[in-house]
Parts: sequence; C-alpha cells; structure tokens
Amino acid sequence: MTTTNNPLLVTKGLTKRFGGLVAVNDVNLSVSEGQLHCLIGPNGAGKSTFFKCLTGQFKSSAGIVTLEGKEVQGLQTYEIVQRGVGIKTQTPSLFDGLSVQENISLSALRNQASRQVVETLEEMLELFQITHLTRREVGQLAHGQRQLVELAAVLAAKPKLVLLDEPAAGMTGDDRIRLIQTLRDLAGRTTFIVVEHDMQFIGDIATGVTVFNRGRVFAEGSFDEIVARSDVQEIYLGKEVDVAA
Amino acid sequence: MNRTFVNYLGPAIAVGSGILTLIFAPLILGFYEIFQLTQYVILAIFAVSMAYIWGFGGILSFGHAAVFGLGGYAYAVLAINMDSSLLAFVLAIGTCGLFSLILGYFIFYGRLNDVYLGVVTLVVALILWKLINHTSGPGYVIGDARLGGFNGIPSIPVLELPWHGGAALDPIQMFRWFLGGLIAVYVALKLLIQSKFGRIAIATKENELRATLLGYDVRQYKLLVFVIGGSIGGMAGAMWATYQTFVDPNMFSLEVSAKVLIWVMVGGVGTLLGPIAGVVLLQALSIKLGETAFINNQIVLGMILMSLVLVFPKGLLPSMELLVTRFFDRSAAQGQGVSG
Repeated sequence: MTTTNNPLLVTKGLTKRFGGLVAVNDVNLSVSEGQLHCLIGPNGAGKSTFFKCLTGQFKSSAGIVTLEGKEVQGLQTYEIVQRGVGIKTQTPSLFDGLSVQENISLSALRNQASRQVVETLEEMLELFQITHLTRREVGQLAHGQRQLVELAAVLAAKPKLVLLDEPAAGMTGDDRIRLIQTLRDLAGRTTFIVVEHDMQFIGDIATGVTVFNRGRVFAEGSFDEIVARSDVQEIYLGKEVDVAA
Repeated sequence: MNRTFVNYLGPAIAVGSGILTLIFAPLILGFYEIFQLTQYVILAIFAVSMAYIWGFGGILSFGHAAVFGLGGYAYAVLAINMDSSLLAFVLAIGTCGLFSLILGYFIFYGRLNDVYLGVVTLVVALILWKLINHTSGPGYVIGDARLGGFNGIPSIPVLELPWHGGAALDPIQMFRWFLGGLIAVYVALKLLIQSKFGRIAIATKENELRATLLGYDVRQYKLLVFVIGGSIGGMAGAMWATYQTFVDPNMFSLEVSAKVLIWVMVGGVGTLLGPIAGVVLLQALSIKLGETAFINNQIVLGMILMSLVLVFPKGLLPSMELLVTRFFDRSAAQGQGVSG
C-alpha cells in the first residue's frame, strides 16, 4: 500500500473542553491511507489531548471522528483498538514483569491464530532488531529498548492506523536511527500519526505536518513548507502570534 | 538444567505427591490425622481460590470470606431442603459464582480502583456476617432450614455421592474426594493460567492501560477471574459445611478473610502451590501452639508470621524456587567449566 487519497482517519470540529478551558478547539484533520503524518506544536498546544480524544482515552466535547468512514467517537479505547488502531503512549507502557516475547505475543494473540502469533513475533523481533532481547524481562530494559518493544507490540496486532506519542523521546543514537529506518520502511504500508517535538526526527520521517497552537490547527503542509514559515518558528520560540489571523 | 523443566518439575512433583497421599494416607494414618488432613485440604482449596484471583488477576479482595460463608450456608440450606446433597453442593457453587458475578460487575464495570475494591469486598463480607448473625429469630427459616443466627445451622446432611450407593461419605471417602478436588482445581487452574485467557488475565494484572491499548476489555477478564475464584472459594465453603455438618456466621468473619490472605502471602503471591504450603504450615503451627498452655500462642504465631514475611518477602515457594534455580544454574555453570 502506498499513500492514497482515501481518508483513513477524519476529524470534523473535534473539540475537548475541561471546564472553561478549551484544550482542543474545532479541529479538522484528514489523514490518508499510507500517510506518515506528524502533529507538532509547543507545550500545551493540545496535541496530546487531541491524541487522547482519537484513542478514546478522553471523551470529546463536540465533533466527530471517523475511521474508514465509520464514526468512532464515544467508543471505549479497546473498541477503537479492535477496529484497527495501534496506540503507543508517551511513556512506554508495557507489561514490565513479562518477557519481550510475551509482550509482543500478547498483542498478536488478540486477532491472530497461535501459529500466526509465532510468525508475527519473529517478524517484529527482526524488524526492530531486538531478537537478542526475546527472553529478557521488559522491566529490566533501557528506555530506548522499551520504546522499541512497545512499538513492536503495537505493530504486532497489524493495525491499519498507528498513533505514536513521542516515539523518539529518550532514545539514544542507534535506537533512534533504527526507529527512523523502521518507520520509513513501514510508511506506505501502514498509516501513522506521530505526535513529536523533535523537528529533526520529524524531518527524517514525515510526509505531512500539522502544527497545533492553543488547541487549534495553526498550519498544515509538508515538512519543508512548515519549517520555512516564520510564524511557526515564532510559536516554537515562544513569541506571541495572533491565532485568529 | 533446562529452566522450563524446572518450572514443570514442581507441579509434577506436587500432583504426584497429592495422588500418592490420596491413595496411601488412609492406609497409614489414623482416623484423627485423616480428619485433620481433610480440614487442611478444604482450607487449601479456599487459599488456592484467593491465590488465583490475587496472584493471577491482580484482584486483592479483603472479604474473600464472603464466598466461603455463602458457599457453606447455601449448601446447608439446599442440602436440608433437597433430596440430593450432590445437587445442593453443585448449586452452592453456582450461587457463589452468581454472587461473584453480580458483585464483580459493579466493582469492575463501575471502574473501582484497587483501594475501593478492597474496601467494598471487606464491607460486603462484614455485612453478610452481621446479617447472618441477626437471623436467630424463628422467622428466619428457608424451607426446613432454620438459619439460627449466631448459633448457626447444625445437623447439615453430609455429601452423598451416587456412585457410593447414595450413602453419606465416610471420613476416608471425604478425604479422598476432597483431595481429588484439590488436585483437580490445581491442575485446572494451572491449565487456565497457561491458556490464552489466563495469559491475558495476567497481562491485565501487570498493566491495565497497556492491556486496554492492545484491545482487551480489562473489565471482562477481571470479572471472569473473580467469578472463577469466587466459585472455587464457594466450593471450599460447601465442603467445610459438609465436613463439619455445621455452619455459623464466623465463616464470613474478618478473621477468615485475613487468614486466607496470610496463607497466600506466606506461601507466595503468584503461585498456587505456595498458598497450599502456607495453609498446612500455619494451621499445623497454630494447632501445635494451641497445645501449649504456658505461652500466648497468638503472640508467638504473630512473631513467626512477621519473621516469615521479613525473611521471605516474596513468600516461601518463590524463595525456594529461586534457590533451586540458582542451584541448577550453578551446577550447569560448573559442569561447563569442568568440560571446558
């Protein structure tokens, strides 16, 4: 599969309010099949809240979210996952007392037969080059390795859409290069939405970028277009920008 | 030595020992010892039910006595009113399963966290204890069974099995059937833990958020673990009722809820054999200390419990497993050194 114009995930007027605070304000976003799309923005821009609205961890206050044309807002997180969404959280969330093998297998076990689970496990271990960690307890691994294991576990369920919240956070050089290579390899076959701060990382992976500021979509375009915009640079540097403009 | 082999060695030895005990113990031991062993077997089944929900489902119930008492009372009332005590026994287990299903539904689908779960289960057990204590009046009768309040229900029919000619089980038969029940429960739970369901249940215990993010409905798995544990706990209660031919409200008491937690904690959370060892060790110790009149056995028992928890914080069985694994690993390393 390569990038197509078929929208896989669409949000229309998605809004999330916490009392008087509007954390996500009328966000319209469309991500096509096979696209690797990044969400960026300064701290408090509403990226993570938007992410949690997509995954069902937060119930949106208004607006709709469609996956393959079907509305998914209001569904429980596990139901959204069952419809083909993979979710990687900001801080690695794994079964720390279990082995790498069990962490990945448990993901595949949901929608695959036993024989296929074994094949998927081997495929993921090779893809992320973590075969040497197979029997290691996840709680004993370094942060970067845990990030890779979580990503492997998410992909083991063969999701159509993968939502990654800061996947490169805390990664060292080699692990980071491995992650970039893997995402590049998978792009086109799987659709990714990545929330990330690191502009260099985004430049290495993204085909499309959406900039969030104060809960709204501030700018959209290719990575080169976005970094060339002075107003985007200003919000990242903390200068005031007229959002309404 | 292969670690997988070591992992299977313990359960195989345990099941083998259980079967040998079932066959030979009545031939070697006297009536009193068999009677005493039957008590350990029943309490071991109760401890295993707690060990399962706590160690393999992450459900720490402070009121597990609720199902023990309910199983006992359900069997008592049903056996007094029905012709078949076997059917009463089965229905008593079903009653506890249904009770756990209803209570668990409100706990897990109400998304109560661990602290509230502990409080709710404790309060439910105490309410039942209080409620049954207040049923001493002549009006508290179910069919032919008078609940009897704090005096309990005496003269409960002993379990009758059709393949024993419909006669009530004698103490030797009871010992054999109940020990067979313990072995069956142990093997069934062991297989369940290794099944897809069991692996996912362990995953939900490890990290609820990750299990949800992998597409599993955590509530459903926790509820099912709670129902299975509750049914087995209820079975132990029904066995207790037929063993004693008597039930009283103390089956619901805080002491029973606390004891089962202690057995599991001392034996090792996350194991099924550990709590069985915990029951035998602590009950035998309790009886021995009770025989001596010149020391306060409660204080001594308390000190022993504290020492055990401090010396073996993970429990007796996990500590022993660690020792055995280290021993085999060291032997293997030495073997390689010699051959190298």
